Amino acid sequence: MKRIRIKEEYCIGCRLCEVHCIAAHGKYKNDLIKTFKRDCNRPSPRIVIEEKEDTCFALPCRHCREAFCIRSCLTGSMTRDPETRLVHNEVERCVGCWTCIAACPYGAIVREGRHTKIAAKCDLCGQDPACVKHCPNDAIVYEEVGEDDHYDACNHR
Amino acid sequence: MGFTKRPTFRVERDSCRCIDCGVCVRQCANEVHYLDIDTKEVLCDSTNCSNCRRCVELCPTGALAVWGAPQETSGNAAWAVHDIRAIQAQANSGGILLTGMGSDRPMPGYFDRMMLNASQVTNPSIDPLREPMELRTFLGRKPTVLQLDDKGKPVDLPPQLELDVPIMFSAMSFGSISLNAIKSLAAAAESENTYYNTGEGGLHRDLYPFGKNTITQVASGRFGVNIDYLNAGAAIEIKIGQGAKPGIGGHLPGEKVGQGVSETRMIPLGSDAISPAPHHDIYSIEDLTQLIFSLKEATEYTKPISVKIAAVHNVAAIASGIARAGADIIAIDGYRGGTGATPLRIRDHVGIPIELALAAVDSRLRDEGIRQEVSIVVGGSMRHSADVIKAIALGADAVYIATAALISLGCHVCQKCYTGKCNWGIATQNPQLVKRLNPEIGARRAANLLRAWKHELKEMLGGMGINAVESLRGNRLMLRGVGMMDSELRILGIKAAGE
Repeated sequence: MKRIRIKEEYCIGCRLCEVHCIAAHGKYKNDLIKTFKRDCNRPSPRIVIEEKEDTCFALPCRHCREAFCIRSCLTGSMTRDPETRLVHNEVERCVGCWTCIAACPYGAIVREGRHTKIAAKCDLCGQDPACVKHCPNDAIVYEEVGEDDHYDACNHR
Repeated sequence: MGFTKRPTFRVERDSCRCIDCGVCVRQCANEVHYLDIDTKEVLCDSTNCSNCRRCVELCPTGALAVWGAPQETSGNAAWAVHDIRAIQAQANSGGILLTGMGSDRPMPGYFDRMMLNASQVTNPSIDPLREPMELRTFLGRKPTVLQLDDKGKPVDLPPQLELDVPIMFSAMSFGSISLNAIKSLAAAAESENTYYNTGEGGLHRDLYPFGKNTITQVASGRFGVNIDYLNAGAAIEIKIGQGAKPGIGGHLPGEKVGQGVSETRMIPLGSDAISPAPHHDIYSIEDLTQLIFSLKEATEYTKPISVKIAAVHNVAAIASGIARAGADIIAIDGYRGGTGATPLRIRDHVGIPIELALAAVDSRLRDEGIRQEVSIVVGGSMRHSADVIKAIALGADAVYIATAALISLGCHVCQKCYTGKCNWGIATQNPQLVKRLNPEIGARRAANLLRAWKHELKEMLGGMGINAVESLRGNRLMLRGVGMMDSELRILGIKAAGE
């Protein structure tokens, strides 16, 4: 099972992860210039840099073992893939109530875009995360984790 | 009368490609790029641009370029623009001009005018991919006669440094460069089985595990010197001078002396770290002997002692004195050697080229019959593997690289190390900037550089029909000079091309 791991000590706060995340989920897949210059309804970044004074780090969805977002979802659109164990939002069922956004303790769920209400979150870009590929300082890595390393929002460790 | 500061470089933003993502804004410690709060556009003011190219390299759409500013091309053949600029700056400040890195003056280079030999017909060249090729190097005093005991082991062999490649990372202190930069070099030295040098900044506690690949330095400021420090490394280097600032000391400003530097150097937090110009206990070769043997006593004669000097006019006689004083290694730093901060005029006008100094020292020690008593290590602008191999052919046992090593870590040679605002996280102590150099990436890149040069060294050796670097050492017949005067050829001890 591979997951994104964050290395706070090497995050330089450039926000290239956010930029590439937006392009990876946009209409013009991975084309930065078209995404930012032509797509006025471009998506929100699923990974966000948290920054305060000298500290900064990227924060994507942790795909918690016991996920608050799944528990709180009104329509059952927020589900876990039984195979990959990833938490994902089925956009057809999402009504944009934002309960998941309120429930997520990491603030890792965002509104899809300026003109779209549904919730959006990290989907690991189909096992090839754009943020990891473009991080200039290897502060976001995609690596194998054990079941025990799985994040658990309900039982925060 | 004051002049408005004008940009030396011009940052150009291609508005067709710029997506206003602001990566450049967040990456420029010189605050060249900024987000206009009214229009939400990313704009730039080139005044403080140092041409470090961090923004250019990180811009995700390739929208940025840095050029020389148009006014910087004025001046004339007699008064170059940098001379005019220097006078204007000094008229403003009344102070010494500071700069960083090695001299950038267009002085004639000797390495570039020496050509290497290759085998043709009469002796076979060697393919290093198919046949063994030895680059292993031992640094230290060699015995005049080799005596073996009953088991065939050498008797009374002085301590030696063993290198898999005749290239070491030169002295750069914690203070002048960041801990992440040193960690990168230390890890690269460990993986390639060579050495890095602490400089005069002491040894941070995180670096003790790299002890067997460390050369610890004892300089005039004696920063961080204690018995654990001396025993932690594989060798000790007494620094008398360095190529970028022969004859003068060093000054690490208080703002760079944070918690880590303060503890490592054993000086108060925020205090200036001043290295005196001379060692106050060394005023003669005899005094140097005392220090060398104090250090040998302290480490129970288990570590070779190196003495590092800048290449100056009487370098051959000085080196002879150092060899006789008991040093095991002499490190010579040429006038192009780099530094974190140095007065501009000293850097550019004091010292002599390393090629001439090296040839003179090697010849002198051979003439006096004491060449085997010391190993010679040279530094000062070893730009590529061909410089390394030419230095070895001139008589060096190994070379020191520093600028090349930093370039492998990300340095773009903007020469603003002394400002402490290195955007690449190398010559800075600002925690936000230091973070930018991930030592895992740095170690990988510096090790790659060593491996790449190692391959090239083997190729060039093979071409000459030589299968061990030992056989090239001091083999000046492998060099020919192009476009040199007779006196230069004589000092270098090489023939002119065609002879």
